[in-house]
Amino acid sequence: MAFDEQKQDFKVLGTRPDRPDGLDKVTGKARYGADAYIPGMLHGVIVRSPHAHARIVKIDASKALAMKGVKAVVTRADFADGQTGEDWNVMENCMAGEKALYDGHAVAAVAATSALIARDAAKLVEVEYEVLPHVTEVNAAMTEGAPVIREGAADYSVPDGMHPNVVRYIEFGHGDLEKGFEAADVVREQTYATEATHQGYIEPHACLAQMGSDGRGEMWVCTQGHWFIRRMSAVCLGIEVSKLRVTPSEIGGGFGGKTTVFIEPVALALSRKANRPVKMVMTRSEVLRATGPTASASMDVKIGMTKDGKMTAGKAVFRMQGGAFPLAPVDSALACAFACYDIENVQHEGYDVMSNRPKNAAYRAPGSPMAAFAVESLVDEMCRELSLDPIEVRLMNAAKEGTKSSSGPTYPRIGLVETLEAAKAHDHYSAPLGPNQGRGVASGYWMNWGGETSVSLALSEDGSVTVSVGTPDIGGSRASIAMMAAEAMGIAYEDVRVNVVETGALGVNEPTHGSRATFASGLATIKAANEAIGKLCQRAADAWGIDAEAVVWEDGHAKPSGPNAGEFPPMSIGEICAEMGSTGGPISGHFEATPNGYGGSFGTHIVDVEVDPETGRTTVLRYTVVQDAGKAIHPAYVEGQFQGGAAQGIGWALNEEYIYGEDGRLQNTVFLDYRVPVASDLPMIDTVIVEVPNPGHPYGVRGVGETGITPPLPAIANAVAEATGARLRSLPMSPPRILKAMKG
Amino acid sequence: MSNVHVTTTVNGDEAEFLCDPRETLLDCLRDKLGFTGAKEGCGTGDCGACSVTLDGRLVCSCLVLGVEAEGKEIATIEGMSEGEELHPLQRKFIEHAALQCGICTPGILVASKALLEKNPDPSEEELRYWLAGNLCRCTGYDKIIRAVMDAAAEMREAS
Amino acid sequence: MVEVHLWSSLRRFADGQESVEIEGKTVGEVLKNLAAAHPGLAPAIEAGAGLTVDGTFLGSGRNHVLDPEAEVFLMMRIKGG
Repeated sequence: MAFDEQKQDFKVLGTRPDRPDGLDKVTGKARYGADAYIPGMLHGVIVRSPHAHARIVKIDASKALAMKGVKAVVTRADFADGQTGEDWNVMENCMAGEKALYDGHAVAAVAATSALIARDAAKLVEVEYEVLPHVTEVNAAMTEGAPVIREGAADYSVPDGMHPNVVRYIEFGHGDLEKGFEAADVVREQTYATEATHQGYIEPHACLAQMGSDGRGEMWVCTQGHWFIRRMSAVCLGIEVSKLRVTPSEIGGGFGGKTTVFIEPVALALSRKANRPVKMVMTRSEVLRATGPTASASMDVKIGMTKDGKMTAGKAVFRMQGGAFPLAPVDSALACAFACYDIENVQHEGYDVMSNRPKNAAYRAPGSPMAAFAVESLVDEMCRELSLDPIEVRLMNAAKEGTKSSSGPTYPRIGLVETLEAAKAHDHYSAPLGPNQGRGVASGYWMNWGGETSVSLALSEDGSVTVSVGTPDIGGSRASIAMMAAEAMGIAYEDVRVNVVETGALGVNEPTHGSRATFASGLATIKAANEAIGKLCQRAADAWGIDAEAVVWEDGHAKPSGPNAGEFPPMSIGEICAEMGSTGGPISGHFEATPNGYGGSFGTHIVDVEVDPETGRTTVLRYTVVQDAGKAIHPAYVEGQFQGGAAQGIGWALNEEYIYGEDGRLQNTVFLDYRVPVASDLPMIDTVIVEVPNPGHPYGVRGVGETGITPPLPAIANAVAEATGARLRSLPMSPPRILKAMKG
Repeated sequence: MSNVHVTTTVNGDEAEFLCDPRETLLDCLRDKLGFTGAKEGCGTGDCGACSVTLDGRLVCSCLVLGVEAEGKEIATIEGMSEGEELHPLQRKFIEHAALQCGICTPGILVASKALLEKNPDPSEEELRYWLAGNLCRCTGYDKIIRAVMDAAAEMREAS
Repeated sequence: MVEVHLWSSLRRFADGQESVEIEGKTVGEVLKNLAAAHPGLAPAIEAGAGLTVDGTFLGSGRNHVLDPEAEVFLMMRIKGG
């Protein structure tokens, strides 16, 4: 869907008003997942497997149930059965059936009158395990003889003869690879590895669930998508979807990790059994052990290049483990791998592998950071070998409108070249460097998403506007959606209130994921506003006794227009709404659709680092993010997305990793050991917003949330290579690893 | 185990509660007194989302026992503004878009206020090290640092 | 008739062809006729593979009317974060 007459001159867009949730968030009033309390509520605690892989022989809860204050214990037998496909995976991940599949896998849960009693009682649930051999590394998991996580989990795509842990196989590309490599002056091939990392949202998962004896339920939950939570929970409990009503709390970060269920069906099952409301709040260790980190990856990349930097062929073979279930993001990783390049001959091959780790969830541009690390590192290695400027080489090979993309389809209007040009022109790129310092550059991509979207826009009696959306606000989307509503209606930002409403108040909405909230809910808001404007014009036309076609809407007023419209003073939105009860009834606009015109967002990052030759410690000295936003609605929140993505990428590059022991147990289950970047680790993060309008949105908006996490991984590796002469092809680039690489 | 009666002061008002000796100050503030502005992000003193001051000293309330509050003065995010008048830090956080999801915001505001009371003119480096115990996963800290520096400058001018 | 390009891992379910000619006015009709003409592709389509039309994935736009000149790819659905 292209918008031929894309709006250009904006009154509200591009300004920086205060966010509507700001006051509540700076005063402690904002209510998050764990901030709900109701009379009679119980506290739920999950019993988790200490083993990476074990058959559950017997669960004896009698001692726990005998404890004073314990009201219910549930196991898998208390959930519905018969789920298939991904529904079965979700159920099995929330509560183990025959086998515990990873360290931390839920095997039972307890509800008691206090959190302390529930915690004590959980320790009294006796679980007898038959411990099985385990595997947690991707290459080991697909090797002959590796313990089989589950027979028959592979889908149609896996050719015969592969290990049963390989559950999906992906292959695509075009051109003639052999010919392409023959045309190159230099062909290089390297293997790269990234460890799994966690989204690291500061708010652990929390919910308050209530099931009645009539089979109806309610839930308060921190989530990116409460319709997803409703459907998945209903499937686990075996009830009709509409019997559940789910209200989203304020959400304390998600980054993809709160798009699925973990504790929610368990809290509902405990409530159903105890006939009392049940609150569940995860500990940080539970979050790290048993929610959805991202996949770990092992990646081979081969690139052919001429002496002057033209890429003639590219090949990527990626292996990713996404835990004990299918759906590691190997498909999106491959689709992003060469997305920045116009290469005639390109091939991709991917293996989705199961291992004894928690089921991966989405994490900001799932798959793309790993892919960028591999491809953008090798491009940089070849630039250095051929003494070519990395931005010039990227410009020479850059994908643009009309390029056949690496995944096949031809690109519509995209903004990669503009980000590269802006990076090249930035004073950061030519600033001098000192000893032990290096500069790295890398580009990245995320394709974005539209998704099922419902929005309702209602006019009040005074002409102010309430917008109901179903996409939880994580980064300021209520502000940006209010701005779009104000722009469309021709009214002030302050006259619009946007609410994130519960599942009973709107049609289905996909979560705030895929960088879609501002794009899709925003587009739907503009459409809903236009519908309301049509009705407002009709009321004015009725009052004036002219045709509605002869009325235009400008600056919040209906005005007569055209030769036969007649002379009438403009009628304001407030005047029309004051009378609406007696002129035809309340006025609202609605929009329900699955918008597909999301445009991908490209970014280019520049980073300077200094590496201490004594300790191998890397300090990020300067960082610049350049990214295409299509149209930045609220520039400060766009900058915030760029900066936050970069910080997460820096953490992934330098510190963060899942460390599994020989015993298959996660070794670093607290923030002290799983170290995310802190304020003293980072410099200011400069941003440049490039605006290449997305043809698929009335105001040209592109999702901006995800792309920013992809370039930091390779950009920092490239900077470390320049600073030290050592190339690190495995993340994280922790001080001991850098020291080892420097000693060669 | 029997509960302990604790008398304390929260944001200038006397408060009493009964708690199990194992319960943290954070749990008591949230579950018994209704001060839910302090958040539990880790329970191990690593994230700072539960920051409050105890007799003026910045603490992670998840590392303090409820019984330790006996006779002490506690200040939480709920006591930071004076009526409708926001503290300059709170105002600057909104103005600079220094928050996204907002879960870390109460802790960072409490910690920043504690710093500015000791050191009204911190350097960027001092501020970054002071806030190193307060994790934010959304912002990359850039706008937070700017907001605190700006608030500090305004407060210096006003004093 | 619409020319549908296939991702290479899907080609083995359509006798190795790089692209196939399929009847159908809408995305939904083409997907249905694809599965009928090449039953090996049915599991892929059931698993969420959809059409990308002129650079936009229309997995959720089955009623979209196809321009016979449009560039059409059958691709696996890629999940967002």
